[in-house]
Amino acid sequence: MADSTLALESRALHKRFAVKASRQITQALDGVTLQIPSGSLAALVGPDGAGKTTLLRLTAGLLRADAGELRVLGIDARAEPQAIQNRISYMPQRFGLYEDLSVLENLDLYADLHGVPKAARRERYPRLLEMTDLGSCTARPAGKLSGGMKQKLGLACTLVRSPELLLLDEPTVGVDPLSRRELWQIVRQLVSDEKLSVIISTAYLDEADRCGQVFVLHEGRLLAQGAPETIRAHAQGHTFLVTPPTHWPTRRLQAALLDQPACIIDAVPQGGDVRFIQRSARNDTALVDLLHGQPLQPIPARLEDGFMVLLRQQRARDDSGNTDDPPLDQPVAQPLTPAVIASGQATPQTDAERVIEVRDLVRQFGDFTAVASTSFSVRRGEIFGLLGPNGAGKTTTFRMLCGLLPATSGFLQVAGVNLRHARAEARRQIGYVSQKFALYGNLTVRENLEFFGGAYGLRGQRLRERLLEVQRQFHLTGQDNIPSGQLPGGFKQRLAMAAALLHQPEILFLDEPTSGADPLARREFWRRITALAASGTTIVITTHFMEEAEYCDRIVIQDAGKVLALGTPQQVRAQAGDSPQRRLDMEQAFIGIVEQARGRHQPTSQREVIA
Amino acid sequence: MNTQPTAEARGAGFWLRLIALTRKEVRQLLRDKSNLAIGVVLPMILILLFGYGLSMDVRHAPVAVVLEDPSPSAADIVTGLQLSPYLAPVLLGSMPDAERLMRERRVDGIVRVPGDFSRRLAEDKARLQLIVHGSEAARARLIQAYASGAILQWAQRQADRIGQADAAGGPVLVEQRLWFNAANTSTWYLVPGLIVLIMTLIGAFLTALVMAREWERGTLEALFVTPVRPTEMLLAKIIPYFMVGMIGLALCLLAARFLFEIPIQGSLPLLLLSSVLYMLVSLGIGLVISSATKNQFLASQIALLSTFLPSLMLSGFLYDLRNVPTVINMIGHILPATYYMELLRTLFLAGNVWPLIARDCAILAGYAVLLLGLARFVTRKRLD
Repeated sequence: MADSTLALESRALHKRFAVKASRQITQALDGVTLQIPSGSLAALVGPDGAGKTTLLRLTAGLLRADAGELRVLGIDARAEPQAIQNRISYMPQRFGLYEDLSVLENLDLYADLHGVPKAARRERYPRLLEMTDLGSCTARPAGKLSGGMKQKLGLACTLVRSPELLLLDEPTVGVDPLSRRELWQIVRQLVSDEKLSVIISTAYLDEADRCGQVFVLHEGRLLAQGAPETIRAHAQGHTFLVTPPTHWPTRRLQAALLDQPACIIDAVPQGGDVRFIQRSARNDTALVDLLHGQPLQPIPARLEDGFMVLLRQQRARDDSGNTDDPPLDQPVAQPLTPAVIASGQATPQTDAERVIEVRDLVRQFGDFTAVASTSFSVRRGEIFGLLGPNGAGKTTTFRMLCGLLPATSGFLQVAGVNLRHARAEARRQIGYVSQKFALYGNLTVRENLEFFGGAYGLRGQRLRERLLEVQRQFHLTGQDNIPSGQLPGGFKQRLAMAAALLHQPEILFLDEPTSGADPLARREFWRRITALAASGTTIVITTHFMEEAEYCDRIVIQDAGKVLALGTPQQVRAQAGDSPQRRLDMEQAFIGIVEQARGRHQPTSQREVIA
Repeated sequence: MNTQPTAEARGAGFWLRLIALTRKEVRQLLRDKSNLAIGVVLPMILILLFGYGLSMDVRHAPVAVVLEDPSPSAADIVTGLQLSPYLAPVLLGSMPDAERLMRERRVDGIVRVPGDFSRRLAEDKARLQLIVHGSEAARARLIQAYASGAILQWAQRQADRIGQADAAGGPVLVEQRLWFNAANTSTWYLVPGLIVLIMTLIGAFLTALVMAREWERGTLEALFVTPVRPTEMLLAKIIPYFMVGMIGLALCLLAARFLFEIPIQGSLPLLLLSSVLYMLVSLGIGLVISSATKNQFLASQIALLSTFLPSLMLSGFLYDLRNVPTVINMIGHILPATYYMELLRTLFLAGNVWPLIARDCAILAGYAVLLLGLARFVTRKRLD
């Protein structure tokens, strides 16, 4: 046994994978050296493909390193993986629950495998069930739980006994803010009660901000490590808040700032203002023009700011060689005169044309009401966000809007067509990007686009024109012959969006497009979306990142099939009790609104059942 | 995985984990209707289908009889044909009529009694013409044999009645070359073959799916990072599916004994022993395929193509391996199913032929050890 005060110790760890189809080799880990002391809560963060999952799998003894040394709890991971597996618990990204076994049977299986004595179970189970709020449905098959509940059951299964080291691989992806908060409460409680060592990988940087130590990985290398303050320090003094001049949509200003990479590192909408990171601390004259003299308010940096600074620096170093991250296709230098702003004015006018009209929409599955008398409308060129906890009826509403699911009752008109009578007609007016990659992986980029073009009835010259147009718009030119299954994550999403926009639909539907995506990819994604909306396409989108709701013109919050809030992000925050004295961010507002509504009705566990 | 398990891990932990995993496996098996369908319903359908549907027997085959000779002895032949349970004679007056029926495939054969039949019979030189529809060779040969048999019987009776001592030459000349399945019980050899098919299906096909399913659903990744050992995981898969296989076997044996009344000449314990050995072989194949492919669709296709179809075509189930080209014969003798087939047929129909039983059981045991060892080798708690 080596130094047992370290939960994890790696030296020059290397791991590569051969990609079968393209005979290429991916270097997943490229010389990672790090130390994680026992009893600490450590976060692994980094963009897609940074090597977070590979590092966790190596730690769990599921993979063998090509080179380098890895000791877990003082045990050599290469020589004795079983000895490590006896002492740790690991929750993979996709926790494989046995879906036809009940909640209790799943727990029992893992307790048996870990050899937890019956007496210990009697003590542990009630606590786990209480923490996860699963006590009322122990007999329900795991397959019938909602996404958030499944995730909590996965965590409970990993925690049937107190491990010496707990590995969690993105446990909160696709989980709504409420369940996310509950998961974190469980982890936190365990760390304080049982002095667990926890290593967690996450795409949510606010989660990492609350950990003891943060490790930033990028393309297999360790970019930075240390306490959250150390990472934050990279952006300290560079972060500001600016309020847009009157009648300026926040989104417009945010986009304009993001389009100035020379002086701006990052910009996001936040509570009606724009939060941005300036490249240099000194006052840039270009910036002063851009902001029309609006006052800058210095604010403390968050972990995400430090992360963005680190990542942009790294990208800049990488890009000096090649440019695989193409610049956004936007007229960057366009000056933001009031006229330009007015032309792209996306803030809804009351008399603007309504492209989606929903009145008293109801959908029932048997005697379960997934969507209960929902009414809202979406105006042309709006970005409309659908928010809600797992199992709130979002997906059902979404599917009805796309004409994939008939409504039980109510009025539903999309792009001027009543969906009850002319679903096919309505579908011609909409584009749909599903949560999973739904293109043909073994067809090339061009073949996929041609197929979808053909499916929408585009032919000949028209098809060729549209192909060129979307390829230019989504920077897919020159990628014609690559099988789309082999594209990196970001490219896949661009291709999916390109395919959905081939027939120039009036409305684009996006189902959780940013789940699991890193901040950089999400910025790029939203920049495209705001540009699309500015060109007149209506966007309907679902997301679990509450801060992304700030990009929306209006949002609706659903829970238990009912509309709890509807309006601009500002209005929704105000409904939750936001005031100049007590600022609420979108996530706090969301949790407040949902909990308030739930408090009036039945307890949580009763309702969180998915349809 | 080369570390020695500690003494503690060998003991109570092993049984606890094995019981937990087996219980899980049984629950999944019982709750997933498709497993039960393949394990129990499909064998029953196959038994009924093969037992009653895929019969190589001929019964009540329509045969035209053209009587050109109006004599009583000629009419007597028709009676002889009518007595055969395999033939249904249709009396016709002229040959063109019979030929028309034959072309329309309304009769399978023609028995022509020529006008000079009774005259030549008196001279002991009588001749009959037998024409059989040859489009289905096997059926044609059977009909040919049955018709000839019926006529010969008639001739025998005729000879007895006349009291001719010299019956050896016979008064009637009918070309009689084939005796095919005189007992007319193809179920006798089809049902033992069917048992082979069902055991292959349950062992290889069902098991090929279970491991691949766990890979596909991602249930293994969490399971790997527990004290569980690969051997325990494999045993937990083998036990329930072994039981399903034995249920399938029991169904087949019951059907064989009571539905088709097939005698079991050899000893039942030997029959069970050889079935256990073959079941283990079959499970081994399934587990190897499953662990190697990690994909349900691929695993099921490979299992079907590499086990079920060869057992059907190449094990001697449908075609006798002695009558096939040498290469196919050799391929047939690589298949474990061939030896099990041989064992079953011997034990059902011939009895305890010790040298053959010992040899075949040894071969099956060898296969079982080899394949289960291979399954253990390819099942590792690793993702790369």
